[in-house]
Amino acid sequence: MGDPAASDTPSGAAHALVELDGVWRTMDAVDPIHAVADVSLRIEHGEWWSITGASGSGKSTLLNLIGCLDRPTAGEYRFDGIDVASLTDAQRAGLRAHRLGFVFQAFHLLSTRTATENVALADLYRRGPRQDRRDRAREALHRVGLGSRLDATVTTLSGGERQRVAIARALLGRPELLLCDEPTGNLDSATTGEVLDLLEELHGDGQSLLVVTHEADVARRSGAVAEMRDGALAEKDNRDGALAEISSRDGALAEKDNRDGALAEKSNRDGALAESARPDTGRAR
Amino acid sequence: MSDTGAPPRSALATVDLVDEALSSAFARPGRALLTALGTVLGIVTLVATAGLSRTAGQQIVDRFDELAASTVDVQPATVPGGLDGTETVVVGNPMGWDAAGRVARLAGVDAAATLSDVPLPQGAAISAVPVIDPGAAQTVPPTILAASPNLLASVRGELAAGRFFDSGHDRRADQVAVLGVDAAAQLGIGRLEASPAILIGDDPYSVIGIIARTERNRELLDAVVVPEGTAKERLGLAAPSGLVVETSVGAAGQVADQVPLALSPNEPDLITATAGWEPSDVRRGVTEDVSGLFLVLGGVALLVGMLGIANVTLVSVLERTGEIGLRRALGAGRRHIAAQFLAESAVLGTLAGMVGSATGVVLTVGVAANRGWTPVLDPWLPLVAVVLGSLAGLLAGAYPAWRAARLQPVDALRSAT
Repeated sequence: MGDPAASDTPSGAAHALVELDGVWRTMDAVDPIHAVADVSLRIEHGEWWSITGASGSGKSTLLNLIGCLDRPTAGEYRFDGIDVASLTDAQRAGLRAHRLGFVFQAFHLLSTRTATENVALADLYRRGPRQDRRDRAREALHRVGLGSRLDATVTTLSGGERQRVAIARALLGRPELLLCDEPTGNLDSATTGEVLDLLEELHGDGQSLLVVTHEADVARRSGAVAEMRDGALAEKDNRDGALAEISSRDGALAEKDNRDGALAEKSNRDGALAESARPDTGRAR
Repeated sequence: MSDTGAPPRSALATVDLVDEALSSAFARPGRALLTALGTVLGIVTLVATAGLSRTAGQQIVDRFDELAASTVDVQPATVPGGLDGTETVVVGNPMGWDAAGRVARLAGVDAAATLSDVPLPQGAAISAVPVIDPGAAQTVPPTILAASPNLLASVRGELAAGRFFDSGHDRRADQVAVLGVDAAAQLGIGRLEASPAILIGDDPYSVIGIIARTERNRELLDAVVVPEGTAKERLGLAAPSGLVVETSVGAAGQVADQVPLALSPNEPDLITATAGWEPSDVRRGVTEDVSGLFLVLGGVALLVGMLGIANVTLVSVLERTGEIGLRRALGAGRRHIAAQFLAESAVLGTLAGMVGSATGVVLTVGVAANRGWTPVLDPWLPLVAVVLGSLAGLLAGAYPAWRAARLQPVDALRSAT
């Protein structure tokens, strides 16, 4: 049985954490819809990527593909060197259980249970010791700043607290990649800030993150941003702004021409990115 | 290409599965109870039907089987004989005059008496002295039976008048007779005040009693009964030809097994001892008719209950689509999702089985107490009922579990917001 935490460093040298190569996700319909069209993306260990885009741009579908909740209809996806397409259903479930963590917009907490029970749920489908499950759940809650609400029923928690419970749940198994789908979508700006601070802290501790969001504020916090448009990666932007690589895949080219508005928007964001470089400088690389 | 190989598969420990199923099933206790109610009713019907029909059947059997269950009839063994094999021939008769005494000592025997057919001496007739009515219709003459003095207890007989002969009469070979009520009528003897007598052949016998009724050996009512000692001395009876034994209820079978050995230790095969009806045969006949319909009703109720569980579990699958998506995201495989919903419906079914089983038993005992019956329950019944409930739950959960397992994680996560 592989130890997910230990595999971080050795395999990291050989493989990127996430390697997408010409990935498609086509929905069956009378008129097939390309929810994800020819996306190539490389996420290294320890990086924080944001995927932005309007609703319906395919960013959540991309997150589901990377999170092994869905499988590409074409293209190659390697997670830490593992060819995900060759895995069985059960193996992908194992991958999710041991190496991936999810945070959703809707929190997805079991409302009749306490914070600790919700966090401990993440251990249910994992091979490993069960004796200290509760203690580790409490520890994870302490880590996200909910040490005082350990036994509170979920319904008594505020939105921000609920999302922190969800983050604690995702962190319980020390995932190599934390996938957040609109993590602040249901939160007001103050609690959004709290949650983002928490994510930043996690990133500072070396956690790899992939955040899907439509909010510029949220994307700004991350080290790297990719923008999606109609299923294709319109733009990739690494954290220093040194490499502004625009997807040159067919289909994306046509879009490039009429992306003036988006580019203008992007330039705004560049300035914002420069601003947000501060936390980066203090980060242990 | 890959140096990490396949990732470890996800797992779900049985303890966790049961734990999850219990906490999910009882997250809404009211709903769980209502869901299980139909199955509870089905199980109650089945248990109460089985229990009550058995209890009632036992009572019916007790009533008209009590006599049979306490009767043992003892005869010398016979083998097919005669020229064409249709007659039966007594091989040998090892019964001695002490046969009744020997049998009376067996555990479970309440009374034992010898009762023997006495052949009428050649050319002799039975007649009453006082009246000779030439116009009387020709009738079959009464038979003569010889009995030990305690016969009445063994056949549960009652006298209409007079008394039965005692051991004194027997020992002295007194010429006394007790008439069955029909024999007395045939012989024209109605009252004993005049000390009537009858003639067997040429010997006069004083009639000292008239038997009004017996529960066993009804042929006594049509017979002239004389003491065994008298029959031996005067009518040439060589040995008793049969025994009538009254046992405690339920002991008949066991006594019947022991009698041949008690009477003929060396050659028990020479004696045939027959207990009355086997109680279980009778019970089976009675209860099957009574309970069949109710068992069908119980089955229908159980089926309806199962549909209830299936329906609510299916609704719960639809309601908890988001939870299913979450569990898939946390690493649950299809089989884990299926197992969880199966376990939840099995928990409901088991709960229904336990509640229904307990209620059914209480109902059976209650009705029995109300009627003054002894409740009779198969000890396995409650256990079987609980297992039946679990199975019903499992079966009811099959389709919802399949539906839940078939959900795509992405769709499941999206549908619940």
